This record gives sequence, C-alpha cells and structure tokens, in this order.
Amino acid sequence: MSAQMVCKNASLGYEDGIVAENLDFTISKGDYLCILGENGSGKSTLIKAILGLQPQVSGEIEWCGGVRKNEIGYLPQQTVVQRDFPASVREIVRSGCLAKSGLRPFYSKAEKELAESTMKQLGIGEFARRCYRDLSGGQQQRVLLARALCATRKMLLLDEPVTGLDPKAQHDLYELIAGLNREGITIIMVSHDLTSAIKYATHILHIGGRKQLFFGKTADYLKSASGMLFTGTEMNGNE
Amino acid sequence: MSNIEKLQYYFEFPYVRYAFIVGILISLCSSLLGVTLVLKRFSFIGDGLSHVAFGAMSLSTTLPVMIKQYALSWSGEDKLSPRMQGVVNWFGGLNDMYIVLPVTLVCAVLLLRTGQNTKIKGDAAVAMLSVGALAVGYMLMNRFPSRANISGDVCSTLFGSTSILTLKREDVWLCIVMSVAVIAIYLLFYNKIFSVTFDESFTKASGVNADSYNLLIAVVTALIIVLAMNLVGSLLISALIIFPALSAMRIFKSFRSVIICSAVISVACAAFGIIVSILSSTPVGSTIVVADLGVFILFSLISAFVGKARS
Ligand SMILES: Nc1ncnc2c1ncn2[C@@H]1O[C@H](COP(=O)(O)OP(=O)(O)O)[C@@H](O)[C@H]1O
Ligand SMILES: [Mg+2]
Repeated sequence: MSAQMVCKNASLGYEDGIVAENLDFTISKGDYLCILGENGSGKSTLIKAILGLQPQVSGEIEWCGGVRKNEIGYLPQQTVVQRDFPASVREIVRSGCLAKSGLRPFYSKAEKELAESTMKQLGIGEFARRCYRDLSGGQQQRVLLARALCATRKMLLLDEPVTGLDPKAQHDLYELIAGLNREGITIIMVSHDLTSAIKYATHILHIGGRKQLFFGKTADYLKSASGMLFTGTEMNGNE
Repeated sequence: MSNIEKLQYYFEFPYVRYAFIVGILISLCSSLLGVTLVLKRFSFIGDGLSHVAFGAMSLSTTLPVMIKQYALSWSGEDKLSPRMQGVVNWFGGLNDMYIVLPVTLVCAVLLLRTGQNTKIKGDAAVAMLSVGALAVGYMLMNRFPSRANISGDVCSTLFGSTSILTLKREDVWLCIVMSVAVIAIYLLFYNKIFSVTFDESFTKASGVNADSYNLLIAVVTALIIVLAMNLVGSLLISALIIFPALSAMRIFKSFRSVIICSAVISVACAAFGIIVSILSSTPVGSTIVVADLGVFILFSLISAFVGKARS
C-alpha cells in the first residue's frame, strides 16, 4: 500500500490556543480512516488542516503517492447558508468540476457528462432538476457526495456525513461510501458513530484531551485502552 | 398632451435618453450581483459601502471649496494666486467618480478582510464605517458648502433625486463602460461565483482560489454602488441590490433562474420607475425602489398562495 498522506507531529489550533497536538498518522491508498472524538476535540479542525483551509500551527502534513493537496473531494459539515440556497441538484454537482475547468468560463461536454454519470451512480439522477433545499437530508448528502466525486476519484474527506439523517438514510449512506471505498477511493471520515466506524473503517484515529489517543488498524483499536474507554461496558462484556 | 406624447416629447431630450440607458444598465448590474450578496450574507457590505460612497461624494463636491478656504487663510490675502486658482478649478472640474470610486474600492476590500477576521466583528466594523462616513460627509457639506442650498445637495446625494437628469455625456460613457465590464465579469466567472457563493470551503478544498473570487465580488460590488449612486442615491442603493434578488428567490428554485428573474424584475422596475417619474414628476430613485418593493410584495403573496395550494 502506497502512502498518500503523512501527518508528522502536527499541532492544530486557532489564534486563541492549541486544539490538538502531536498528531502522527499515515493514510495509504484505499484506506478507510475514521476520525473519532468528542465534540470540540478538533476533528473538523484536523479536516481543515488536511485541506489547507486552516494551516497547522506546527508539524507537517505531506502529500505523496500521486495525490496533490488540491485533489481531495470534500463533504463539509452542513452549514445554515446552504439550507435555503436556491440551486438545482445539477448546478451543485457540476460545480464539483470547477477546478478541472480552470479559467474556462463554462463546463466542457466531458465535465457535464461526468456530472450526469456521477448523479446516476449515486441514485440522484432523477432529481437533477429539483431544488436542493426541497430534498431530504439523505438526498442532500448524496448531492454533495456527487459533487465531491466530480472533483476527484482519489480521496474523499467527509465531516460527519450522517448527522441528522434517519437510521435508514444513515445505513444507505454508509453502504454507498463503503462501495466507493471498494472501488479504491481513499476515505477519511469524521464520525460519532462508533459501531459503524468499527464495521466499515480499516483504520481509526481517536483524538481527545488535546492529543492523539490512538491511531492504527481497527482490530488493534478494539484491543487498545482508548477503544475500551470509548466503547465502554459493551466491549468488556464480550471479553 | 396624452402620456405617450408626453413621453415622446421628453425622450427627445438627450439627457432623458441618457438617464434611461444608464438606469437600465445599473439596475441590471446590481440585480446580478445582488443574488450573490444576499446568499453570501454580504448584503450588509453593500449597505456599508453605499454610506462610504456618500462620504466620498461629499468629499469630492466640497474639495474645491475646502482647498480655496484653506489657501486663503494660509496666504492671508483675499484673492487666490493664479496657481492655486488652477488647482481649485481642476478639482472643481474633476468628475466625482475619480474620487468616489477609489475610496469605495479601498473600503470594500477592507470590509471583506474584517468580515473574515474572527477578532473584529464584521457587522460592527461595517456599522462603524457607514455611520462614520455619513457623519463626516454631512459635516463636510455643512462646513464647506459648494452651493447655497446645502440640504438640497445632501438630499440629492442621499436620494439621487436630480443627479440622473444632469448626467454629462462623459458620465454616461463611464457608466456604460463600467456596466459592460461588470456584466462581462459576471458572465465569465459565473460558475466560479456560483461555487464560491454556495460553498466556500468546498471551493477552496478543490483547489480554486476562492479568496480572489471573494475579492472580485467585493470590487464589483463597489463598482456597482458607485454607479448606482447616480440613479437612486446612496441611501436607496441597498434596495436596488436586495429587492430583485429576494423577490426572485421567493419563486424560483435554481441559481440560474433566480439570476435571470432578478435581472428581469430589476430592469422592468427601473424602466417603469423612470417613465412614471417623468410622467408624474416623482423622484426617480424612490419611484424605482417603490416599484421593486411592489414586486417583492406581489411575489411573496404568490409564493404564499402556491405554498398553501401545495400543502
Ligand atoms: N474558527 C475558529 N476560531 C477559533 N476557534 C475555533 C474555530 N473553529 C473551532 N474552534 C475551536 O476549536 C475547537 C475544536 O473545534 P472543532 O474542530 O470544530 O471540533 P469537532 O469538529 O471535533 O467537534 C473547539 O473548542 C472550537 O471552539
Ligand atoms: Mg465538527
């Protein structure tokens, strides 16, 4: 497995202080990394650092294995602004091709076709002309996922993608993402949902108390102390 | 005279035709950008900038008087030297745009910066700047009156009541060139503007330089505000920017249809407002804005009824 991103001793923070320090982990092609941690532990900040939106305070985040910093598909934590935004599904998905289109003022035929085929792949082809704000939460996430896939087929970064969805929609989205991972797309996902993290992820990164509590294979996580703490009695009962 | 004859009569005057062309172009530009500003929650920047433009406009109209007064008091004589008189005349003949535009542009960039800064609250900065500019502007106009009628001057700068009918040919050309530039920028960067408006973080993450497009949006906003001062005056500019976008968003559901609808509403209201103001001699700016307001109420009612019928 070739490494795609190496995070070396990185510390994250804002002007008013450090959020998390000494983060050390590696992501290889085809990995499915779940980032676990409590609210406010710095998961979204880590995602922003990986994307270069909020540079790390110290340490390094290096890209290798043919992935460039800007070749990441990103599914942000949903913002309020987007909830009432007048835009059709097609317009949003096409905007994923923006970086490819460079300075060209319109999308090429190939880019438009990519958008159409991605919408079909994610099962939202029939909604192409519908308004984004009229869709259900699960459908909205698929639209954003389709947009991210138009930007890249190498790596996806998802920040709490299932939050606010009903259990069925959560399950469907997890299966969809797992399917993409099987196609060879590297997945980095922030999640609260430990059960699904253990079920789908190949690797776990657990941050808390301003530092890295665990990084490694999911199986090792289950054996480790921080896994025990986080999963609680449920795991103790099994042993 | 019937209304048609009256219109025909008026449209024979070049300044009425100029006013019409300029009005249509300005309303088109402001509606295009209005959608982005409203959706990005940037409409407060438009409001702040319009007050800055008022301050700059006051500065520009009072500058010759100011220079004259200070030159006289320094030299202690009761007549200006020929060189000084030249300077005063030069400033007097200078098109206001050359002062208003740079000042507004600089403030647009500054406001955008503070809006992104977490330490200074963006809205407080805007409030500070706009109230400050209003105060300075009004004070300048009182302290250095360029004409006898101060309140008339202030009123026309705030509400644009007369300035559109006093446009010079040079103003009209400047306005046409700037409008065409704004429309061209909008068309060329339409996809980028959409993406930056909808989701800035995603746009940045996919490797597009979102900051430079934000800057572009701020610069174009400043351009439009300076242009629109001629039409509706600085207090009513926000209405010109916000109303058509809000009306269109009541009914239409895709970005492109919202933009097109908002442009149509804005141009129609501007044309209607200018014609009505000629026929019944109401102030141009407020007539246009009242028309925009009417359309907004109409569209809100329609969307309420459609919503009820659906559910
Ligand atoms: N833009 C910001 N400026 C300053 N502090 C921030 C900012 N965003 C988040 N924080 C702080 O950083 C910490 C981590 O936030 P975040 O990464 O969003 O947590 P998580 O996503 O794990 O819930 C929080 O304490 C939060 O208050
Ligand atoms: Mg978060």
